[in-house]
Amino acid sequence: MKYIEPHAHMVSRTTDDYEKLALAGCQAICEPAFWAGFDRSSPEGFRDYYRQLTDYEPKRAAKFGIPHFCWLCINPKEAEDAGFAREVMALIPEFLDQPTVLGIGEIGLNKNTRSELAIFEEHVQLALDRDLAILIHTPHLEDKLKGTRLMLDSLANFPGLDRDRVIIDHVEEHTVDLVLDAGFWAGMTLYPESKCTPSRAIDILETHEGARLWLNSACDWGVSDPLAVVKCGFEMKKRQHSPGQIEQVLFENPKRFLSQCPNFRLG
Amino acid sequence: MPTKKDILDLHFMDARCKLIDLAAFLDRVERHPGEADFRLEALRQAIPLLLADRPDRARAVLESLSDPSSEPAEKASIQFAYGAPQA
Repeated sequence: MKYIEPHAHMVSRTTDDYEKLALAGCQAICEPAFWAGFDRSSPEGFRDYYRQLTDYEPKRAAKFGIPHFCWLCINPKEAEDAGFAREVMALIPEFLDQPTVLGIGEIGLNKNTRSELAIFEEHVQLALDRDLAILIHTPHLEDKLKGTRLMLDSLANFPGLDRDRVIIDHVEEHTVDLVLDAGFWAGMTLYPESKCTPSRAIDILETHEGARLWLNSACDWGVSDPLAVVKCGFEMKKRQHSPGQIEQVLFENPKRFLSQCPNFRLG
Repeated sequence: MPTKKDILDLHFMDARCKLIDLAAFLDRVERHPGEADFRLEALRQAIPLLLADRPDRARAVLESLSDPSSEPAEKASIQFAYGAPQA
């Protein structure tokens, strides 16, 4: 099945997973900058992480014929200490001209604090200053609805923002309308227990105009499935979605959004 | 478009399994000692939404399990989420 994995944390995955993705038909992988599962002890730790994202990981993916792209930021889980976050953000510009960088992401909120919100807005301004696309993480579980609303209110204060170039990720039934109605793209994450199941993601596809929706696995160091997107495609088939409809959601939609990033090219 | 029968054929057993698991979870919590916390109460409040006469029960359950406040928090005391708002 031809598809794009638009959100995967491959630094946390084995090389075997690259082989599985290639065998499943994955045409491109996009990796947002993320939390390591523990707080890094110094900004310099991020320099190595950005090197891994922009240099090492594309080479690892290329061995399996898959183009690998990335988004850069300091993630919201490490944005509570604003001073630390700003030191890390100062490193980002030196990596933005790397040939596989798509934009700024995954920025957002975690516990919906003032500090996280301030760092979120500084990332948005960085993206605007550099004319880059943005990928936004919405918080987990009980924090998602409030965090989504806070970020939508915040984004309304950036009149120069092109909403076609912003995707707000990890939407569920209670946030998808807020995001789409505000003119942004929305991502649905197929993640065990805490986000969408394939059945629920397909329900959302069936009850919404799907032109600005994509699916991703967000596979990382937690219990997660790097093949979740293609498995959801298989579920769509069981739900009598046509091959054309499946390809539209799994391949054409992410390709259309990502093609707005000058560095995005399929092999 | 699949019929109701098609959807039942695809998903009934999975839904049945999850329903029994939820019932067993409530039994399990009840028979163990100690005090439950806000998570159990949040779940109890969400369960009646399953039988509500509305087309968006999943959304209603998610909203019921969401933090209802609107102002940013001053500080984060934890990095994780519980799955239900603390009263």
